[in-house]
Amino acid sequence: MHVATKDLLRLATIGSVDDGKSTLIGRLLVDTRQLFDDQLDAVVAASEKRGVGDLDLSFVTDGLRAEREQGITIDVAYRYATTPTRKFIIADCPGHVQYTSNMATGASTADLALVVLDVASGLKEQTRRHLCIAALLGVRSIVVAVNKMDAVDWSQLAFQRVVDEIETLSRELGFTSVDIIPVSALLGDNVVGSSTNIPWYDGPSVLESLEASEAGAWEHATTRGARLPIQWVLRQPGGGRTYAGMVCGDTLRVGDAVTLLPANIQTTIAAINFGGEAIDEATVGLAADVDLAAETNAGRGDMIATAPLPKVVNELATTICWFGERPLVVGQRLRMKHTTKVTPVRVKNINGVIDIEKLDIDDSHSLSTNDIGLATLQTADLMVVDDYRTNRVTGSFVLIDEATNATVAAGMVGHASFL
Amino acid sequence: MRITIGSLEYTRTLQNMTTTPLRPPKFTDHLDLLESHAIFILREVAAECERPVLLFSGGKDSAVLLHLATKAFAPQQLPFPVMHIDTGQNFPEVLAFRDATVAATNARLVVAKVQDTIDQGKVVDPGLLGSRNRLQTVTLLDAINDNGFDAAFGGARRDEDKARAKERILSFRDTFGQWDPRQQRPELWQLYQGKVNPGEHVRAFPLSDWTELDIWQYIEREQMALPTIYFAHERDVVMRDGMWLGVGPFVEPRVDEQVEHRSVRFRTVGDANCTGAVLSSASTLRAIIDEVTLANVSERGATRADDKFSETAMEDRKREGYF
Repeated sequence: MHVATKDLLRLATIGSVDDGKSTLIGRLLVDTRQLFDDQLDAVVAASEKRGVGDLDLSFVTDGLRAEREQGITIDVAYRYATTPTRKFIIADCPGHVQYTSNMATGASTADLALVVLDVASGLKEQTRRHLCIAALLGVRSIVVAVNKMDAVDWSQLAFQRVVDEIETLSRELGFTSVDIIPVSALLGDNVVGSSTNIPWYDGPSVLESLEASEAGAWEHATTRGARLPIQWVLRQPGGGRTYAGMVCGDTLRVGDAVTLLPANIQTTIAAINFGGEAIDEATVGLAADVDLAAETNAGRGDMIATAPLPKVVNELATTICWFGERPLVVGQRLRMKHTTKVTPVRVKNINGVIDIEKLDIDDSHSLSTNDIGLATLQTADLMVVDDYRTNRVTGSFVLIDEATNATVAAGMVGHASFL
Repeated sequence: MRITIGSLEYTRTLQNMTTTPLRPPKFTDHLDLLESHAIFILREVAAECERPVLLFSGGKDSAVLLHLATKAFAPQQLPFPVMHIDTGQNFPEVLAFRDATVAATNARLVVAKVQDTIDQGKVVDPGLLGSRNRLQTVTLLDAINDNGFDAAFGGARRDEDKARAKERILSFRDTFGQWDPRQQRPELWQLYQGKVNPGEHVRAFPLSDWTELDIWQYIEREQMALPTIYFAHERDVVMRDGMWLGVGPFVEPRVDEQVEHRSVRFRTVGDANCTGAVLSSASTLRAIIDEVTLANVSERGATRADDKFSETAMEDRKREGYF
């Protein structure tokens, strides 16, 4: 299938603590000369100050004081790299289980996951958890850096053992593109260029693999029907109104037959504007505003859609990543933000927690912190939703604590196929 | 709308790299994506928060932010005011630009003055030549409180500093205006939620994913106006702590300093007494983009004395409520 190339790739690093995610990103940025001299000097100075050698590459992204003191990543660091063909937005995510919500933050907008693991220890439980979350979030491509090859004497046998584990899990989780690369982030082997220490591997380096992968997958994972969740109503000179929002799912064109939901009013797109200027079509990701042929009283939280239409429901079967400190229980009341709509919800049922090792569902009826489970939610208002697997924008939501306004869960409409 | 193929200009030359052939982008390039994302954030925060405000310094980033806000709500006026935290140590060219730009958008301008905070006795006057950089946090938090703002848009970018690289696009601040980097709200997908309780607020950073080069390319594409000090000009300067400072009311040459007349420009705009100039002959946007593409030193490293205090200078200031 032909997918138009865009020159912006979003990637997230995932994997267990201490397997070398931040070091790999540091190496990638240093060896492609993305760092300015003063930034590199600051990393060298910080390394000396903390007695960790000449250059601790993890300090390139671990920028908080607490992170440098403890030698761990606490929250996502966003870094930017450019090559002649692409801009990369890199989310370097934390590995600790207690910071799983931060990892999910970084991975939720990723086109691709860069998985880092230690060749000596293979797939740890936390790596499996991250891969499972990435798969649930709809990431389809992974580049796996099997790290610390220098510590096992560049052993092909050790590499192959890990490859077998990854391939098995990747099949179960349904990743469609998997590159597995033996690397040493510390020494730079197979990160940007090739490696003389690993003559038995003739595949791409990490950078080569990232450059060859599909950009814009996040937006283009959605291919069924155009949707415009209304953010804001703009008053036009002369008394008309247009509806502003970001287009998702498919291109929206002037003349398209559309339905305004949940009111279920059929009409057509009379005009499309961007930044006050008329345009013919709004591609996916464009923050446009549209004029409808019919008179409506549409407002924020409503949705304009082309066929096949999303569902209009007040009860949702969902997959939930729970980040709250106290468990999520049946009957609990929360607020949901879905596209541009906020509504009260009640937990009707909890239908089990995912067992990360076995990838099946147990019979729990509550979710503890960092559990991923299945839940049925009742919503106070009618919600206009797609299954997450067909549209990552109209299929996703967050749950909000009513008292503190904290975001306590990431939710997806429907269930992943591997469950 | 115009589709610019920016990718071919968008290079920092790399070695040892294979490249995949680039098909002409059918959809949009990275600037289009960054632009729409920023517009989306501006609208979300304006819709969810009761009283937002847009922080405007007259620098290039806040100029881009204001330009994006104008686009987000066109043809209406901005649904929020614009606020300048005035340290009283501004470049006059920047103040002129501020007034002209805000007037052109018809927005309401709120000016909060550090001098007022000093006169109220809340902070100590560092004197004409001392830095008011850190004091403006107090002025900013007071202005947010006094006006009942529950959201403040800022032009900060994550590529500027390692602490900013860690911050969410919507960054929660408690009733003391503090940022707690260990307790940030998860920010999933593009579901930005800015609800706060009374006294709390959020900072919203629509330019989070833009780099310095993105900003310049966008300014060129949109043919935006900027304060003249961003372009190369002749100026009396002194070398102090490794930076060229422009001689003027807030920078007096010290006895051991030699005044030189050089062609310079400013890469960032902060207070006149702690913002360094770079030697440059770049007098057009195109020349600036070429210069930025080849730069070896980061913009804050080259030009901001306020970031050189310690390893975590920005984190420390942000925790207190700085921009």
